[in-house]
Amino acid sequence: MSKADRVFLKKRADFLEEIRRFFRFRDVIEVDTPVLSQVTATDPLLDSFECPTPDGTRYLLTSPEHAMKRLLAQGSGAIYQMSKVYRKGEVGRRHNPEFTMLEWYRPGFTLEALREETVSLLQTLGLIDQVNACEHSIRVLSYREAFHAACGLDPFQASADELCQLAARSGHMSPESFVQGGEIDRDACLDLLVSHRVEPWLAEQGVVFLTDFPASQAALAVIRCDAQGDRVAKRFELYINGMEIANAYEELTDAQEQRVRFEADNARRRQLGKAEIPVDERLLAALPKMPACSGIALGVDRLFLQREKAASLEEILPFSWETL
Amino acid sequence: MASYSTNEFKAGLKLLLDGDPCSIIENEFVKPGKGQAFNRVKFRNLKTGRVGERTFKSGDTAEGADVVDLEMEYLYNDGEFYYFMMTDGSFEQHGADSKALGETLKWLKEQDKYTVTLYNGAPLSVTPPNFVELEIIETDPGVRGDTAQGGSKPAKLTTGAVVAVPLFINQGEVIKVDTRSGEYVSRVKS
Repeated sequence: MSKADRVFLKKRADFLEEIRRFFRFRDVIEVDTPVLSQVTATDPLLDSFECPTPDGTRYLLTSPEHAMKRLLAQGSGAIYQMSKVYRKGEVGRRHNPEFTMLEWYRPGFTLEALREETVSLLQTLGLIDQVNACEHSIRVLSYREAFHAACGLDPFQASADELCQLAARSGHMSPESFVQGGEIDRDACLDLLVSHRVEPWLAEQGVVFLTDFPASQAALAVIRCDAQGDRVAKRFELYINGMEIANAYEELTDAQEQRVRFEADNARRRQLGKAEIPVDERLLAALPKMPACSGIALGVDRLFLQREKAASLEEILPFSWETL
Repeated sequence: MASYSTNEFKAGLKLLLDGDPCSIIENEFVKPGKGQAFNRVKFRNLKTGRVGERTFKSGDTAEGADVVDLEMEYLYNDGEFYYFMMTDGSFEQHGADSKALGETLKWLKEQDKYTVTLYNGAPLSVTPPNFVELEIIETDPGVRGDTAQGGSKPAKLTTGAVVAVPLFINQGEVIKVDTRSGEYVSRVKS
């Protein structure tokens, strides 16, 4: 089918409209915050496009998170946004440097409540049929459980050396690839194992919510101790057929803790030879006023890809990175 | 030789991996959300023909291999080397040994065009066209009336290759063969 075909275009238009209708019924209001900003995500492994402007550098945002949190702090109540976001250098079958992100925040929601709402959205969009939406067709697994099932190792208890050896073997790489500044980069080992071992394992599991990530991967989420006494991030990720679709946090409202994490990110960026990102002081000033809430960011193009059973983003986007 | 960053990786790029020239078959970018990005590469070792896998941290580099593919015409064999010539008017010639020829020996015919892969200026491998037309020098006599279905017999070609052909095909006929599968395609009308 040609990409200019009305049937092709309308499918996507209807999909976006169904999402908007879902939130309208639930009284979550749409906001549209700027995509160009003076501050951006500090995550060491996310790169924002920089745009020179007469008023200094503006970043194309990797997510509208900061602006939406400032709205929440000012009392906006439940809000969602569906907008273009940008991640430099991420091109592939499952990645496009510009993509459509659906992000929504729910004051007063626990992560579990947000997970239930996400399941309802999947039902509305026809990704899980109503009959199969019972508890056992949708699996909720901890990061530890999935990792153990796929790799035979406990990601929290395994030594850095064990993780490094297994990662190197899985990627046919030298173990030195995972050494950074004289030390084994534990998170890089975990990330390799997630993409080479855990995701293929998840591909057999249908719809899965992964919970309780290592604290080192908390970003803007609350950290707690789990039953085994390990520090875990109150996060969940939605996987459909082994593809990462959405990432949710019980949002951190502790400005001091958030500042420490931003600064740790910047220290890591320096180590990687990347430019530091100015700390978002306006966000830090707003955080204490932000209500306790859970929030989620969902890749709309990937979700549409799953519904259309396509093999690559290129198939379902009107234009890809290479064609415009 | 230049080195390449992972963002330049694509199918067909020639890299030096573990000291051997390799060609990328598939390059997949993988990255868990906010985590480390990797390029998962599937490659063919051009020396051994074996397919392997290697993952790179995105942003890392790999050394390029001086490998070029040339379209050349097969001329003759002097007992040791098989000589090929450029068809661009330069008359540039290269002699490849039987190791470089490998399976292609089965499909080698004078004046046909082959892809000669040079590594550091010397022939590394020779790839035949997808289809070649060769004469049958030996097969059982054809069975008349048995043209439609069933049955095949071995036929030896001028190159020594043996191909299964339908029963109605005769010695002395020229047939078209798919070099990738080694299968008979059709009779060539002379």
